[in-house]
Order: sequence, then structure tokens, then C-alpha cells
Amino acid sequence: MASSVVSSLQHAAAAGHRPLATRDADWVRYTLTAVALGFLALFLLLPLVAVFAEAFRRGIGAYFTALNDPDGMHALKLTLLTAAIAVPANLVFGVSAAWCIAKFNFPGKSLLITLIDLPFAVSPVISGLIFVLLFGAQGWLGHYLDAENPALPWLQAWLIEQDFKVIFAVPGIVLATVFVTFPFIARELIPLMQTQGNDEEYAAITLGASGWQTFWRVTLPNIKWGLFYGVILCNARAMGEFGAVSVVSGHIRGQTNTLPLHVEILYNEYQFVAAFAAASILALLALVTLVLKSLVEWAHARRHAADAAS
Amino acid sequence: MSIIARNITKTFGAYTALNDVSLEVPAGKLVALLGPSGSGKTTLLRIIAGLEFSEPGSGRIKFHGEDVTDLPAGKRGVGFVFQHYALFRHMTVAQNIAFGLTVQPRRERQSKEAIAARVQELLKLIQLPELGSRYPAQLSGGQRQRVALARALAVQPKVLLLDEPFGALDAQVRKDLRRWLRHFQREIGVTTIFVTHDQEEALELADEVVVMNNAKIEQVGTPQEVYDRPASPFVIEFLGNVNRFAGLGHRLPGAGQDVIYVRPHDVDILREYHGQHGIRVSVQHVFSAGNYGRIALVRADNGETIDAEISRVRLAELKLAAGDEAFVVFRHIRLFPSGAFSERDVSTDDARAAVVDPGRDI
Repeated sequence: MASSVVSSLQHAAAAGHRPLATRDADWVRYTLTAVALGFLALFLLLPLVAVFAEAFRRGIGAYFTALNDPDGMHALKLTLLTAAIAVPANLVFGVSAAWCIAKFNFPGKSLLITLIDLPFAVSPVISGLIFVLLFGAQGWLGHYLDAENPALPWLQAWLIEQDFKVIFAVPGIVLATVFVTFPFIARELIPLMQTQGNDEEYAAITLGASGWQTFWRVTLPNIKWGLFYGVILCNARAMGEFGAVSVVSGHIRGQTNTLPLHVEILYNEYQFVAAFAAASILALLALVTLVLKSLVEWAHARRHAADAAS
Repeated sequence: MSIIARNITKTFGAYTALNDVSLEVPAGKLVALLGPSGSGKTTLLRIIAGLEFSEPGSGRIKFHGEDVTDLPAGKRGVGFVFQHYALFRHMTVAQNIAFGLTVQPRRERQSKEAIAARVQELLKLIQLPELGSRYPAQLSGGQRQRVALARALAVQPKVLLLDEPFGALDAQVRKDLRRWLRHFQREIGVTTIFVTHDQEEALELADEVVVMNNAKIEQVGTPQEVYDRPASPFVIEFLGNVNRFAGLGHRLPGAGQDVIYVRPHDVDILREYHGQHGIRVSVQHVFSAGNYGRIALVRADNGETIDAEISRVRLAELKLAAGDEAFVVFRHIRLFPSGAFSERDVSTDDARAAVVDPGRDI
């Protein structure tokens, strides 16, 4: 009985059509598909097209003239620099946090998991404000530069000499970006590491591997695809972050403007072609990220399929 | 290399996994830790390996007289095979086997060629010489198990510890691998402990069986000892099928329940009544497929079921069918007296009589 059911299912699958009972009426299927596609076109595709259409409205020449603006180039460099610091920092933080949480039991573990989600939970503007409160001239830590009897006088002197600032300067932008993008890598890795369990690590340890060897040769290779995926997402957000960075940057052209902030300024000044040209660069970065992400997923799926097939 | 575990206690929160357990394993033996899940057998194995630690201050572990309690797993010289093998999925079979050799400190590490030669030797030993370049996902369960064993043996461990080594395999593979492991262990002579919940596996494979229940060791002995002379009701019930009868004490006020056990193969079936201690039964069902005939019987007086196993030849002689009337006698019975009796108070004959006539006075 059971085998005949299975074989009839296989027949149906082989013939490429499913039993009628599991199929919806034609009009239901087409309507649902149309709604989904229409929604995607309206909310995702159309804006993307609009960005490039606006950017090229005055022709290719105007587009490249607008891009060649020194402030714009500086904003692009600053954005890349920020991502170049924030992503490796979160790579280290994320891997260590996920490793702690997935492989060990300790008091306060659930608190740590909640803390990792905090940057997702609070508005980016609030995140920015937190850093202003901490590092601003009147802030808890920023106050140190004006303190009359500082804890380490030589450090205060050195910082003043260096004209060291966090808020309205590059360090603040990097800090805010690191904060906002913190969960991406850890969140990607925790479930992955939890499902993999600890047995392979234990096996490595009984074979005489040190903790370090176990991490590099067993743990890391097992999470590399998830890690790569997390890095890509983290990078996308680091380059695109607006809210938190907007609060701490001070919008100084050619100094503390990232690409998203630069777009806003240009737009507010009615320089639409320049604004959309800069926006198109951001969109391109996003597209490259998405392509990379798809490539990773594709390579990963192919490996899995190869494993399953053999 | 002998293994001694002394006074091991381990708790997980409010749950006690091991309660003051002591165990000695003589050098070169193959020992089974047998028990139901939750009996603490895997925890004991992991403590011996150094993957878990007993409660602070409790217990010592010694290998060949040397105290290894405070050594980490990697320094104890144990080979551990995990229940689900825990092969490194991103490495080939050869890389898996070589792992323990390649992580040694540089000055102790063998040359690449020596490691490759050792890997080949181990691949031959596990009878998979052609599969060095495969990945674990490309192997069958039995092959993975053998690779895991080779990986553990590559570093020449002093003791070999196997956690449910055949648990995830199908019956035929399990049988072959069991025989292979036994042969293999005799050949290399490494002291081996394996954990299992399958009594047949433990009795067939081990030199010595350690029966565990409820965080304690119930009995240690050769397979024949634990089977023929079980130390407790738990052991006799866990090691194979058994018929259980209420004993003499159940009618005495305040006395605990003493119980009488009879293995199905100690039940003989007669067509006619032959005098003493025969119990009148009716045949409920006859299972004749298998190495012997299994018959389910129902007592005429109180409706209890009795399982019997008799040879197929005997079954053919008796020509039993469902609904037939017959008589059973017990060749051998086992009595576990309650607190009210000691074994001396109750003769086997009394017990036999008690089963036959539960209402009898004593």
C-alpha cells in the first residue's frame, strides 16, 4: 500500500505535474504571482531605475562631471575607509561573540545575546546620540579633554596636542558604524555554530590539538560560508548607514561626510544630478554586494548538492 | 594500560549523572558500559576521556597507575570515537586520519612522508585503502565509523573510548562491524571501553560488562556472570526478556515485594500434567519464524502471561496451536527476596511452589 502511494507520487513527479488536490486554481496562482511581482517592481525595481534615470538625466557628461567633485570623492573615500575599519572589527567581535555563545555555557549568556541584538532594536539616531553623549565635548568621556585635574595628565596633553576629537570627526563615524553593524556577523554565526555542536572541536582536542589549532583548523573552516555571508551584509550596512552617522558626523564637507550624507546635502541644495550620481555609486556598491552574496549562496548550494548527491 | 576511576560524582544542576562510581578496567580488556539512557554511562566515559570533569574534590582517574585527573583530554593519550563520529567535514578521509599527527608540536611532529605512510597503513587496517581522498559526506555510516576509529588510533592512544559505536548503523552493518572491532581490538591489544544500551552487543563483544543504572554501577562481571548470576532485579530485567512473578512476600503485611524471575528459555512446555509445580496454561500465540519458537502463554488461574522460548524441533514435536491447553515447568528460576526474607529463608523449591500457587501459605 505504502509503496504504491510512493510510486504513484514518483510517477506524478516524473511526469512533471502534481496531484490536483495540491494545486490551486489557475486564476489564484496567476493573481498571487502578479501581486508579488507588481509589489517587487513598485517598491524595489522602480526606485533603482529612478536613481539611474535621474543621475543620467543631463547625459553621461554631466554624470561624470558631478562625480568628479572633490567633496564627493572624499565622501566616497571616507565611506570605504569606514567600512574597511568597521567590517574587520565586527568580524573579530562577531566571531568571538558567536563562539562564546554557541560553544560554552556561562551565567549571563542570555543577557549577552540580548545585548548583541540591541543595535537592531534601537533607532540608529538614538545610537548616534549615545555616542554624542559619551564622547561629545560635554559628554561623560569627552569631558576628559577639558578636565582640570585629569587622571593621566600626559594623556590629556597628548590628546589635546593631537587635536583628538571623536564627535564631528572620523573616529565618531567609525564608532557609530561599528555599533550599528555589530549584530550582522554574530547573528549569522550563532545559529550555524549551535547546529554544528561541539563534537568536532572535542574530537580535535582529544587528538591533541591546542585551542588555537582547533579554532583555525576545525571551527573556522566549518563556518566560513556563514561568516562570508555575514561580512557581506555587514559591509552593505556599513556603507549605507545614515542615521547614526548623521548625528555624530557634523556634516563637514570634504571632512566628515560619508556618501549617504553627501547625497542628502546635494539633494537639499537642489543639485539633483549630482545627488543622484552619488546615489548611483551607493546603489552600484549595493548591487555588487548583492551579486557577491548570490555567488556565495550559489557556491554554497552547489557544494551541498555535491555532498548530498554522493 | 589499566584504567582506574575512583569515587566519581558528577551533577548537572539538580540532576545527578554519577553517584560515587568506582571502576577498574584491567589492561588490554574490552569493557562495555551497559545501561539505559540517563544511567550515566556516557558521562563516565567522557570523564575518563577528560571531556568532562567530576565534581571538584571528588574522584581520581588513573591510567596504568599514573594519576591523570588534572590532565586535559589532549594530554591523556586517549582515543575517543564519538557517537556520530564527529569527522571533520571539510577534510578528506586522509586529512582526518592525519589530523592528530599534524597538530603535534613541531619538534615532535613526524615528517610529511612519515605521516602519509602512517595514514596509508591505517587505511589498510580499516580496510578502506582506496578512500583516502573522499570526504566524510561521501562515505556510508559503517565507513565513517571506521575512519573515526582510524583517526583516534593514529596518535597511538593508551586507551580507546567508544561512545555508542554502533548506535547509528543498521542491523547488518552493525553485526559485521562488531565482529571486526572485536578481532581488531584483540589484535592491537589496546584497553578499550565502549558505551552501549544494547545488551546483546555488550554480551557478545565485551570481555567484561559494567551494568549501570541511575548514576550507579549495578554489577561488573563477564558476560556469562552478569547473565547467569544477575546481582539485582534491574540487571536481570535489562539483560534480555524475562518473566516476572510476584513472590512469597506479597501477602505478608509490611513486607516488600519479593520477585521471582524466569527466562523464557528456562520455560518448558508439556502437553500433559507431570505432577509437581506444573502450571496450567493456554496457548495464546505461537511465533515460529526465527531461530527458536516463541510462545505466548496465559495462565489458567490468574491470567498472567508467560513467554516461552523452545527449540524449533521441540516446537514441531509439541504441535502447539493457539487455544491449546498445556502445562509449563521452570528449569531454572531466580529469586530476589524482599527485606522480609533473606535468600536462605526461601529455597528455590519454595519459590517454584510460590509461582505455581500464589495463594499458598508459608
